[in-house]
Amino acid sequence: MRNLIRKLRWPDYLILAILFVFFGYVWFTVGGTLNYNWRWDRIPNQIVGYHTVREEYFVGLLLRGLIATIRICIYAAILAVILGTILGMARCSTNLTIRMLARTYMECLRNIPPVVVIFIFFFFFSQQLVDALDLARWSRNIARNDEASPLWEFFFGDMRRFPAIISGAIVLALFQSAFVGEIVRAGIESIPRGQREAAKSIGMSRFAEMRYIVLPQAFKKVVPPLTNQFITLIKDSSIVSLIAIPELTYNTLELVASTRMIFEAWLTTAAFYFVLCFGLSRFFARLERRREGQR
Amino acid sequence: MNDRKPVIVARNIDKFFGDFQALRDVSIEVRAGERMVICGPSGSGKSTLLRCFNALETHDAGQLIVDGIELRPESPDIRKLRQNVGMVFQQFNLFPHLTVLENLMIGPVKVRGMRRSEAEATARKYLERVHIPEQAEKFPAQLSGGQQQRVAIARSLCMEPRIMLFDEPTSALDPEMISEVLEAMVELAQTGMTMVVVTHEMGFARKVADSMVFMDGGEIVESGPPQEVFSNPRTERCREFLSQILAF
Repeated sequence: MRNLIRKLRWPDYLILAILFVFFGYVWFTVGGTLNYNWRWDRIPNQIVGYHTVREEYFVGLLLRGLIATIRICIYAAILAVILGTILGMARCSTNLTIRMLARTYMECLRNIPPVVVIFIFFFFFSQQLVDALDLARWSRNIARNDEASPLWEFFFGDMRRFPAIISGAIVLALFQSAFVGEIVRAGIESIPRGQREAAKSIGMSRFAEMRYIVLPQAFKKVVPPLTNQFITLIKDSSIVSLIAIPELTYNTLELVASTRMIFEAWLTTAAFYFVLCFGLSRFFARLERRREGQR
Repeated sequence: MNDRKPVIVARNIDKFFGDFQALRDVSIEVRAGERMVICGPSGSGKSTLLRCFNALETHDAGQLIVDGIELRPESPDIRKLRQNVGMVFQQFNLFPHLTVLENLMIGPVKVRGMRRSEAEATARKYLERVHIPEQAEKFPAQLSGGQQQRVAIARSLCMEPRIMLFDEPTSALDPEMISEVLEAMVELAQTGMTMVVVTHEMGFARKVADSMVFMDGGEIVESGPPQEVFSNPRTERCREFLSQILAF
């Protein structure tokens, strides 16, 4: 810290001063002209609240949203990697029809705005799936059943919200699978042709060649871009609030609508997303360095 | 040698890469136990011919019968054939994510369905055979080029092939490592294995080859016992090639 201060020259101080003045001005305007009433003291209650009558802590709206976001992202990531691997392999297939279908899917998704894609997937796919399997009733039954519900609730939270969480995860996964597929394809294509020839020369089938030789090497190579994509997925997950999935962004919208704490709520939510994404990217970078070190 | 049955029969093979004709009307016969060396300038089609023998390339015209199986595109027997025809590549092509031992075992276990313990015993036997039993637990990247190529030879041998194909096995090696690979190949030749070797190592050809083929421009220009081809080449092209290669 002291080193940092010693490195600062007068232009640095000038820039910092200008920034300081600018934000001070914004702060002042918001407080003065908008006559905004800051109520930061009420935010902690929305994260972890204390029920004075029942004398117990409860999970606030924002924290509940964050947990839902994390759940949705984990399930979506798993599903997206599975779908993306299939897509990536399809893109490298020798069969022209399969190759073209995969290409069409990916190009469509990459050239339609995410919000539009999310709506289309929701109405045409995930909602139909939830209805067809009658997931709503099934999950309501689990919610009523006291024995079965703790385990389910650990994985999916409040079971009455199960269909929403699942369709959110499906929609997000379908959307992200196109990008994961592109990453996997690049990984598969980066494996030298000699590797495949060597696999063929010992009599491996195309499947065995993929399974034991190409994919293990390809996955090792695509771990860094995949982790980046995972962080993108967390950020994109805020879009599913549009289809009323009760995750972090949606809950913030609700909070703002009911309490009018516009600035506090959004700043808190921004901080949540930032800590989650930045923390993960640091974590992945560290894992990556460790992996490099092992080699 | 002539009374043995032919295991590779090629009749009038043509091969095109786009407009470029890589093989022109190639006919050749390899008999069981025969050691054949194919040489020729680069781009002469010798590697392409070798790769046709285990269907890594498909020929466009002519008839090719290897180990009793006629090779046609999409023939269901091709995988069966490849299990019996080993191939050693110029660039070794070991699997970098597997240890040496796993490299040797993956074929027998995943393709032949052999038990792991049995496959490991086989693998160790062939590592012994190529004189690097102590490297079993290492990864390919930790080995020298010569060691990697010997592992590649052992990997092919683990499938217990009837024919071994070598595609310029020493061309990517530093000079001091060539001899250790050639030695392993000479020892393999002494076991009676049928071998087809594309190489420029004329010392090896002189020492172990039963027959020698000189290719140029996608054609077989000259063939016969090595002594004959070396001492009095019939064609100008072959003479020129040999004088260049033997100049040093």
